[in-house]
Parts: sequence; structure tokens; C-alpha cells
Amino acid sequence: MSDSQNGFRTATIAVLVENEAGVLARVIGLFSGRGYNIDSLTVAAVEDGGRQSRITIVTSGTEMVIEQIKAQLDRLVPVYKVSDLSLEGPHLVRELALIKVVGQGEHRVEALRLADAFRARVVDATTGSFVFEMTGNAEKIDAFCALMRPLGLAEVCRTGAVAIARGPAGLAA
Amino acid sequence: MSATAEIAETAPLTLSGAEVVLRALKEQGVEVIFGYPGGAVLPIYDAIFQQNAIRHILVRHEQAAVHAAEGYARSTGKVGVVLVTSGPGATNAVTGLVDALMDSIPIICLTGQVPTHLIGNDAFQEADTTGITRPATKHNYLVKKSADLARVMHEAFRVASTGRPGPVVVDLPKDILINKAPYVEAPPANVPHRSYRPQTEPDMGQIRRAVALMKASKRAVVYAGGGVINAGPEASRLLREFVRMTGLPCTNTLMGLGAFPASDPQFIGMLGMHGTYEANLVMHGCDVMFNIGARFDDRVTGKLSHFSPGSKKIHADIDPSSINKNVRVDVPIVGDAGRVLALMIEAWRDDKQTQDREALAEWWRQIDAWRRQDCLRYTQRGSIIKPQHAVKRLYEITRELGRDTFITTEVGQHQMWAAQYFGFDKPNRWMTSGGLGTMGYGLPAAMGVQIAHPDALVIDIAGEASILMNIQEMATLCQYRLPVKVFILNNEYMGMVRQWQELLHGGRYSESYSEALPDFVKLAEAFHGVGLRAERPEDLDRVIREMIAIDRPVIADICVAKDENCFPMIPSGAAHNEMILGPGQEGGVAGVTDEGKVLV
Repeated sequence: MSDSQNGFRTATIAVLVENEAGVLARVIGLFSGRGYNIDSLTVAAVEDGGRQSRITIVTSGTEMVIEQIKAQLDRLVPVYKVSDLSLEGPHLVRELALIKVVGQGEHRVEALRLADAFRARVVDATTGSFVFEMTGNAEKIDAFCALMRPLGLAEVCRTGAVAIARGPAGLAA
Repeated sequence: MSATAEIAETAPLTLSGAEVVLRALKEQGVEVIFGYPGGAVLPIYDAIFQQNAIRHILVRHEQAAVHAAEGYARSTGKVGVVLVTSGPGATNAVTGLVDALMDSIPIICLTGQVPTHLIGNDAFQEADTTGITRPATKHNYLVKKSADLARVMHEAFRVASTGRPGPVVVDLPKDILINKAPYVEAPPANVPHRSYRPQTEPDMGQIRRAVALMKASKRAVVYAGGGVINAGPEASRLLREFVRMTGLPCTNTLMGLGAFPASDPQFIGMLGMHGTYEANLVMHGCDVMFNIGARFDDRVTGKLSHFSPGSKKIHADIDPSSINKNVRVDVPIVGDAGRVLALMIEAWRDDKQTQDREALAEWWRQIDAWRRQDCLRYTQRGSIIKPQHAVKRLYEITRELGRDTFITTEVGQHQMWAAQYFGFDKPNRWMTSGGLGTMGYGLPAAMGVQIAHPDALVIDIAGEASILMNIQEMATLCQYRLPVKVFILNNEYMGMVRQWQELLHGGRYSESYSEALPDFVKLAEAFHGVGLRAERPEDLDRVIREMIAIDRPVIADICVAKDENCFPMIPSGAAHNEMILGPGQEGGVAGVTDEGKVLV
């Protein structure tokens, strides 16, 4: 994960927030206002009758910047908990992608074969196109998209990462 | 559903939203509001009219309302309250909110809003107030349901006043103010908020590590900031106790002036860009630095890569995001400054290690040698008043009179001279815009201070350019008979801009000369105040004494040297040990690189 040459690392940060108007704007405003990177950001209500939302942010920066990001997130009033999954041990990262491939003949057969190897599901098909659905980490989806490019990759839609720690410990507020 | 929400649902609906707002303010101990009416807040003004518990001060511009509330808050330790209308009322308040955010001042700003059904329709005097003020506040609320109103009001006070204090906006749509709303009392302070739980109690292990480092040091320094003042007067008392027991030198930031007494022999002056020679060299040469309630601001550190290169750094701050933001520290301590100091004192007594008194004596010999440089000296001669002399005489005369004196400032050279030449022995007596550097801060802030301390001597040390940014508040002063003194160091220039242009931009004084200044004596009179002027050194003391003696708003126009620069100065991009001490040494500035010029 870490790039020792410039001291940069990628961090996957889980943030449990009060599900209230403007909370996402606060988080995004923090990143743009202070010049932090956002590689991806996902958010949805998760528990407590929809009162809490969980945000997963993938960001990168020097150790000092990532520490800052966490401290800045933690001091937002509607934030319950901030957890740096990358630091806290083994964790799972998943992303969902919908990938449209348009083509005929051999290309079409090859696309289907590769999709099978990647465990991508066909969720829509016409005589000239497929839409594949796949989940996995970002690298897996990147690799699949790269293979599809010469075979007629037409459109990609990705959710961004969601992540959770392995083992029994949870991110309770 | 929370307990308070349940209570809210069953509470009898006898009050309008506006009455709920006022009742919540009263329960929170609010005595005064600074505001300006308008369409969206008319229901609150109607409720204000029908009660006597809370006093309303009518300002002449919403920005001034926030600065006045800041002055009130900073001189009392209480929360300052502002009431403005929707749209332009709210947008005018934004500068004040950012000012309070940067300087950690507890403010509640109630803004009117168009009725909920019109939000988003570009209605008359509609602005996305919560959107605009999100990065300008510690937190903000838009109340969309009457049932939430009382809870949000109480929560706003808790957020503004606890942890690292700051401004909080509560946006109030007009229908919410008119409709009946349930009232609930504030939850007890020991009931924690769902998600907002600032850490005030420091970690004892870290305290012990800090004390061990300091005891083993040979050249330590205490660097105290506004956090000590925000923690209440007891924290300042503990700071004095700690500095005395350790025998160490103590420097204050601009925001921290008064936290440690200026007249104490262990005080080495303010540090930073216009700090004293000894304070900056102590910071540069120390082996252990104890930062309590300051944030390693760029005005303090100078060139970061050369900042105090040989020291171990201890940083105590109530805001974890302040730690390791600019400067990597060795011992971080998160907690309230007062608690940190109390525990440091305890740990210092308990620590078995003995302090190296010989090394400390040697350190003081070095400091005294630096002090002999007498970096704030100036020569008052000839027929022109030196601005430094004007501030110094103001200080000496107020001291001699023995009156409790509160000083506010605008922003620029006069502000730095005030910080350098006016000594503060107590906290909460010095109100200046430190982080944001807001010209126009001082006059309204002084107004807020005078409201809180009707019998005190309140002086706004101003520049002739800054004062014009909120001069309309003279009308407020006269309306409420607030005897604030405006002490203008008039050099006919935006002095700090002129100084930088002289030192860094080849003397090209682009747009920094104040053409067509008003006659400040007549201006004071036009507002029904009193105007005085000092043009020659021999006028100075008489004008100062007369100004203080008059029990009405006064503008004293002190005509000072036009081309005086503020020294010492650490030029932008330079380190603490690369200070310019005075005229004739400006050659040092010629070496400022483009990299340095980029810095503000």
C-alpha cells in the first residue's frame, strides 16, 4: 500500500455519522476546503433505523496528512466514529461495477469467457452487447476493464469502495 | 427517538417558535443579543419587544454584530449571541463568523430564513445560509421542524462553548418562528451528546512524559496561546504557578497576551513575526518546548523547516486536529488547558527527577544577553509623534490611573505596536483579530466589551484605514452611551501594506496611501461623539488624559510618523534567528526569495 519513495500511502477510512441533512456536504467540504484527495467515497444509511450512515473514503497522502484527515473528520459534530481500516489490521474492500461491452463475433465470445473467469455476471444482454456486473477490489475491476477495452468496452459505472474489518470487532458508535 | 424528542412531542404547545428561541436563550443565561432586524426575523423581534430579560443592542451592520459578540465573549468567557435576518443579513455576518472560527470564540448566530416551503425557490432575501456558513462555523443547523427547535438551540450552545469554542449558526425559517413549538429544557451537562464528545481530560501518562522531558531539559520554554485564555481565568492562574515553579521563560502568542502577566520577570514577550528578539531566539534555541493552547501558526513559526530545530516539542491542545498539523511534536496532549496545567503542576511535584538548576541559570544568562538588545527601543524626538510612543504613553497613563482597561485593535501596524507596547497582566483584557486578521474588528469588538463591562475603560487602538471599515458603529456607541475610546494611530497609510511594499516590493506604494481621509474630529462630532487630535509630541499626554476623562464615545486622532515600520520583523520565509531588528537592517529583506514572497 505505501509508497516509501514519497511517504505517500493510501488509506481506507470508515466514518460512522448521524444521518442528517448536510452531513455529506460537511465531509466533502472538508476535503475540498483543506485540499485533501478523495480517491473514492461511498455513503448509505446502515443501522439504527436509518439514523446512522456509514461513509467509506479512500484517500491518499503523507502520514501527517492522513492523521489530519482523521482528526478533522472526528471533530465534525455529527461524526460518531472514524476508523482507519488500513492501519487497524486486515480488512475487506469491495466495489461493485457495471460494465457495458459492445461487440460482435469472436470479441463477444472472448468477453463472455473472460467474464466467467472473473466471476462477472451477465445482467443484461442483446445481440450486440452485454452488461456485466462484478464485485471485487479496485485492482480486480481495473484488470477486467483493461481486458475488455480491445473487446468493445463501451461504458463503466463503479460504486467506489466499501470496506469492513475482518474478525469479530465492529465499528460501533 | 431520543428522550428529549419524546418530551417535545408531549409538551403543551403554548409558545411560538420565536418565544421558544427567547426562552432557550434565557435558560442558557444570555443577557444581551447583538443584532439587526429584517423580514425573516420579525417574529423574534416581536418577542424581544414583549420581554425584559434579554437586552438587544442594535448595531449598524451585521458584521459588527458578530464582532461585538466576539468582544463580549472574549472579555467575559460567556457565549456571544447574534441575531440577523435572512439573505444579506446572514451573508454580512460571514466575515465575523470566520473571524470567530479562526480565533476559537464561542458565538451563537441566529439567522432568519425564508419559510420552509420557499427554501430553494430563490425567494426574496433567501440565501443558502447553512451552505455558505458550513466552512465558516464550528457547526450549523437549519431547523425544519418545530419539534427540533428547543433541542437545537440548547445543542448549539453546547457545541459553541465546549471543546475548542467556535461560532455556531442556527438558521430559523420564518414559519418555524411563527408556528407553535414545544419547549424542552437543556439536557444536564453530564448527559453526553450522541456524537459530539470533546476530550477535555488529558492523559496522565502523557503529562508525566512531558514533565520528565521538561525536568531533564537545560533550555526549556513555555509557549502559551489563546487556549489558556479560553480555558478560563483559573487556567491563567495555573500557568503563572507552573511557570514560577519551573523557573522557565514564558512567551505568549498574539492571542495569548494576558494569559501570563507581561510585568512578570519570566515573561519574554510575544513571539512570532513581530515578536521580541529574546522570545524568538529562545524558541529557536530551546531544547524543550511546551506549547499550551497555541497552534504553531505560520505567523509564529516562520519558515517551518527551520523552526526550533533542536527541540523536543510538547503540544497540549483541546483540538486533536491542531496537533501534528504544522509541526511534528514529540509529546501530544489532548485536553483542556486548565486541566493540563493543573496536572502538570501535580506531576512536576511528584516527579523525583531534580531539575538542572545550573543549566537553567545559564539559560537565563543567555536570555538576559538577548534582552539587552532591547529590541523594542525607539527614539521619540523632533516634532512628530512616533506611533510606538503613542501606544507606550497610552499604556503608562492607563496604568497610572489604575482603571481596569480593555484593549481591542483593528489589523495592521497599530495592532502589532499595541501588542508590543501595551502590557497585559490579566487575561480577557486584549481583543484582537489574530487568525483572520479582520480590519474593522476593533470598534465593534470594543462595543461588545463595553456592554459587558459598563464601568471599565475600553479602548480601540486603531489605524485610520481599518477604522473606516466599521465606522458606522459610532452611531451604536452614541445610541447606547457607550464611552468607548477610539485611539487612531493616523499615518495616512495602510501601514502594514506600505511596510511590505517598502521592504519587499521596491517601494512601489501601490494603492496603500489613504487619499481623502475624513476629518476624524468632525466625524466623531457628526456621530454626536467627541473628537480630539494630537499633532505634536507635546499634545499627546493631554489628549490621552482628556480622552480617558470624557465619559462619552471619543475618537482621538493621533497624527503619527507616516513612514515608521514595525520591528522586529521576521521576513516571510525566514527563520526565527533571521530577524530584522530595525531600520538600517532592511538589507536582510533583500535576500527574501520568491518562495518567501509567496507567503502572506
